[in-house]
Amino acid sequence: MRTLPVLTLLSTLALPAFAGEDSVRLKDAPGKDLVAAHCSMCHSLDYIQMNSPFLDRKGWEASVNKMMKAMGAPVAQADVHKIVDYLASQYGK
Amino acid sequence: MKNRRDFLKVSAGGLLLAGTARWLEIANAANDFGPASLPSGTLESAQWGSLPGKLPLIKKSFRPPNFETPVAYFNDAFTPNNAFFVRYHLAGIPEIDAAQWKLAVAGESLEKPLELSYENLTRDFETVEVAAVCMCSGNRRGLSQPHVPGVQWGHGAIGNATWRGVRLRDLLNKAGLKKDAVEIVLDGADGAVLEQTPDFVKSIPVWKAMDENTLVAFAMNGERLPHWNGFPARIVVPGWTATYWMKHVTSISAVSQPFKGFWMNPAYRIPKGKFPVIDRFVSQETDANTPITEMVVNSLITSPENARKVRQAEAVTVAGVAWDGGYGIATVEVSEDEGKIWQTAQMGADLGRYSWRQWSHRFTPARPGRHALLARAANRAGATQTSELIFNPAGYHNNVVQRIEIEAS
Repeated sequence: MRTLPVLTLLSTLALPAFAGEDSVRLKDAPGKDLVAAHCSMCHSLDYIQMNSPFLDRKGWEASVNKMMKAMGAPVAQADVHKIVDYLASQYGK
Repeated sequence: MKNRRDFLKVSAGGLLLAGTARWLEIANAANDFGPASLPSGTLESAQWGSLPGKLPLIKKSFRPPNFETPVAYFNDAFTPNNAFFVRYHLAGIPEIDAAQWKLAVAGESLEKPLELSYENLTRDFETVEVAAVCMCSGNRRGLSQPHVPGVQWGHGAIGNATWRGVRLRDLLNKAGLKKDAVEIVLDGADGAVLEQTPDFVKSIPVWKAMDENTLVAFAMNGERLPHWNGFPARIVVPGWTATYWMKHVTSISAVSQPFKGFWMNPAYRIPKGKFPVIDRFVSQETDANTPITEMVVNSLITSPENARKVRQAEAVTVAGVAWDGGYGIATVEVSEDEGKIWQTAQMGADLGRYSWRQWSHRFTPARPGRHALLARAANRAGATQTSELIFNPAGYHNNVVQRIEIEAS
């Protein structure tokens, strides 16, 4: 289906699907808020935990790139390395 | 790591559901949330999670919801609807009112496009039923070595069900399928949160769409489809992995050119020539890779669970299921000695070539200590499971012979 405008969509979402998401806690380290704000636009943050700790810095860089280029995640160029730094240092191998 | 104590924390909503007693039994029998070879972050972030209408399942991700079925449910020939796995790529999942829902059958390669209501779909065509395994392409991805990114599934992104609906070919024929049709494009009501994210749209070759077993299903195991498994109607492509089984289907279009979209390419690709698959999707092939199609022959030991403690000299029933892309399971063999000798297992009822087949084998541990048990299936097309992983970047088609250990004393 064609993408609905975000506001319309939110009102029609089956909200209980996301119950429990608030319990997900990322590790405290510089960059955490930036990561949470960007990644949680489209998915719960347990995706990061689930995909750890087996990606190296290059692997996380590729994941962030995929989210930006293929999935259209809006990330300012200046923030990319901070996000990758956090993921690689906290959830990397 | 989360453990049995967390069962107590399950929501009251989950406990009110039917099947609670069964779930408690399963939760208590389960060691943890999957094989120890899953990434540690996967096991640590997993928990029992309950979606509305579902029993507690193994939560892999909350949003979009990805929930895995505990292996103990696979001791039944058919997987209960309320325990059936849930897999979504995108988080925009509307609740659908069947009375408002419409299915468009259209596209340049149809003479007379149709628009069907739920009533049209369920009453105007011949209704048929097929038993078929529904398996996520990425089932067992979490067992890939090295690990590859994606949802880190263990053994439970799979289930077996009866699917009732109408043949896709009856819809296409009524709409006047033209000779130039190459692929049938499938879209569902779920969508992305961001406008820039590619919508989840898939295509299948016309020959597979016209197969008498390919359905637009509206019932599963004799009940209406659960919301999380595609209500009010989903595509069922027996033998092929579930990426093509479009949930909440709203649009079926016949096209004369290969469909281009992210979820067809680069997603859901396997390297060419590495796997013994027969079904090809020629219009989507490139020099390097090809879309995943049929499931490779595979099996799963469902009982006993790994690390079960048993008594020496007392017989244990080793049981499980085996499936493939629809050629039919020929044999399942079990080894009690790390693969030196293989004994033929007893086969359960044949429920159709797209269903999985139950099997069992009696094992009596002659000495105390650890005993390894291995199972491998072969199909009627002459394919068998592999002993070593055929690595691929998306972690698909993992049919490595499974090995469990039990301990006798």
